[in-house]
Amino acid sequence: MITLTQVLILAAIMFSISVAGIFLNRKNLIILLMSIELMLLSVNINFIAFSYYMDDLAGQIFVFFILTVAAAEAAIGLAILVVLFRNKRTINVDDLNEMKG
Amino acid sequence: MPDIYLWIVLAPLIGSIIAGLFGNVIGRAGAHWVTIIGVGISFLLSLLVFKHHVLDGAATYNASVYTWLATEGIKFEIGFMIDNLTAMMMVVVTFVSWMVHIYTVGYMHDDPGYQRFFSYIALFTFSMLMLVMANNFLQLFFGWEAVGLVSYLLIGFWFKKSTATFANLKAFLINRVGDFGFILGIAAVLMYFGSLDYMTVFNNVDRVSGQEIEIFDGVPWSVMTFISIGLFIGAMGKSAQVPLHVWLPDSMEGPTPISALIHAATMVTAGIFMVARMSPLFELSETALLFVMFIGATTALTMGFLGLVQNDIKRVVAYSTLSQLGYMTAALGASAYAAGIFHLMTHAFFKALLFLGAGSVIIAMHHEQDMRKMGGLRKYMPITWLTSLIGSLALIGTPFFSGFYSKDSIIEAVAHSGLDSWVQPYAHYALLTGVFFTALYSFRMYFMVFHGKERMDEHTREHLRETPWVVTVPLIALAIPSVIIGAIFVKDMVFGNFFKGAIYVAPAHEVLGHLPKQDWFSMVTHAVPFSMPFILALAGVVVAWFLYMQRTDIPAKLETKFKWLHTLLIEKYYMDHLYIKLIAPFGRWLGDKLWQWGDVKIIDGTIVNGSARTVGYISSKLRNIQTGFLYTYAFTMIIGLVILIAVFVYGWDKIISTLG
Repeated sequence: MITLTQVLILAAIMFSISVAGIFLNRKNLIILLMSIELMLLSVNINFIAFSYYMDDLAGQIFVFFILTVAAAEAAIGLAILVVLFRNKRTINVDDLNEMKG
Repeated sequence: MPDIYLWIVLAPLIGSIIAGLFGNVIGRAGAHWVTIIGVGISFLLSLLVFKHHVLDGAATYNASVYTWLATEGIKFEIGFMIDNLTAMMMVVVTFVSWMVHIYTVGYMHDDPGYQRFFSYIALFTFSMLMLVMANNFLQLFFGWEAVGLVSYLLIGFWFKKSTATFANLKAFLINRVGDFGFILGIAAVLMYFGSLDYMTVFNNVDRVSGQEIEIFDGVPWSVMTFISIGLFIGAMGKSAQVPLHVWLPDSMEGPTPISALIHAATMVTAGIFMVARMSPLFELSETALLFVMFIGATTALTMGFLGLVQNDIKRVVAYSTLSQLGYMTAALGASAYAAGIFHLMTHAFFKALLFLGAGSVIIAMHHEQDMRKMGGLRKYMPITWLTSLIGSLALIGTPFFSGFYSKDSIIEAVAHSGLDSWVQPYAHYALLTGVFFTALYSFRMYFMVFHGKERMDEHTREHLRETPWVVTVPLIALAIPSVIIGAIFVKDMVFGNFFKGAIYVAPAHEVLGHLPKQDWFSMVTHAVPFSMPFILALAGVVVAWFLYMQRTDIPAKLETKFKWLHTLLIEKYYMDHLYIKLIAPFGRWLGDKLWQWGDVKIIDGTIVNGSARTVGYISSKLRNIQTGFLYTYAFTMIIGLVILIAVFVYGWDKIISTLG
């Protein structure tokens, strides 16, 4: 039997991996987007775990909403990425610092 | 009557505005007509006022016509105080001014600035009337500064001449020094009396007279002394007393009518008038009176010496003006205000006459002012000669001429002054010596110009002729009062009650009242032939005659023999050097340093630019946070989130105690 704690640890590990992905990745913007997806998924796992152990469906329904939004967000993110690549000919994160003060 | 007072002041102002602003429209003739009519109205109305107050004995008029502004308890007003003193000043000012206006038609005949000139002198008349008719210190100060401004404009009338612009700047700056004292005095009046109105101040002198003021710690001064000396420093600037006299000789750079009107007859006497008007204040401070007497006597003596070595005809007259102003001031110091004012009046006529006579000579000589190139003008210019002779005789105090009565009363008053100090005998002997030198330099000038060898060149000699009637008529009109005015008024003004109510003399200082009462005839019989001033004046004339008519070689020999003395006099006791080489550069140095340190470094550098730089510096540091990289923003967010959650879960106290 898998305990709630084990599931939450998994989610925490996934979340940490995605944060680390955001920090450590200096090369590729796509990896950044993937890290964000992973972050959302780890949150989803939390929702499902709690939903299951508390016998409350609301959490799982919430996950569907999050997945929908995440899909839309990924689509927009990739679209921006394409436009960015067309303009800059690069998706290297280190080169994208135009917001520097 | 109030309407008349208002019109006396406004008529010259209107003339001035029309001539000044519409000079091109009304043309040259229009400009002189409008101002001459304006000042003429003023003069005639002044005569009416004189009759009303002096002859009919009307009560003093004192009222405000306009309130400029009122703050808590203090009103700034424009008003008139008309008594015998004012009425007399008004007649003198408007009469001399009127004569000068007419004279100017001839003197400035081909000057391109004709309309401007008339506008200025009419404006001067307005300002001077405002000054003498004031019933409060504010208006006095207004008139004071306005005549100073017009004086500045007129000394620099020929502004293309660099000496003229230097002279007008000098006059203005030196007067600023005096005005500094003047405004301190007025401020002290306002502080201690709480009012600027003459009558309010004069009625409350008893309340203030005992008080003391500490300018420097531990050195208490009587408030009255402080006020009086402050006001008198203003008078020293305006009336050109030592050591603030240096601007007056230089003011001769202006046109001659101006020298006559402003720098001899009226404006420079404003200081004398003011002190007489403030007599209730001055009477309460013996220190101030001694100071006034000392300065006056020193001016009378030292400036007379300088007249001996000048060769410019106008400068000789200028130094004699300085010396005569010294006499008036000395009279004020002796509490003989009436004698000082009386001398002011007679002096206004004969000194204006002398200046206009000098101007007439200058016209005839084609603007040559050097007396060494004149001589023998008597037969070419009979009217100018005769009137100048009358002026000179009046100046040296010849019996039967008006200067005699006033000068003699001053010397008598100073001799019998009750002030107990070494200043009093000093002043007495200084004034007596001054009589001799006045006669000497006046007749030196007279002989050099009108008698002796004709030293001008051929061309000038051929064109020598008497000046036109616009010039000679004012000369004659001024020559008449120069002779008779003294005899008419000496009894009333000096020994009588002419100034009763206008001038206050403390019983302890009373001097004129103790002199034997005399009329003009008994004064003459007392003076001739054994009185000291008479003998000295006669001696001066004889010496001048001997040196400049008989043995013309002696002056040159004296010059070489007493080289150092001559140089000292030519250099005017090095006063100009002192001011121009020492005090002015020091002022400029101080200003430079204040500018460089105070303005550039502290205000601009530290306060203005410094605060901007501080903001810039902080911003440049803060800017480094904005890397533009997404991950730093994300990292900051995460860190912030962690901190927030930590605070939310554990609370501040626990976190801080864990960390600490």
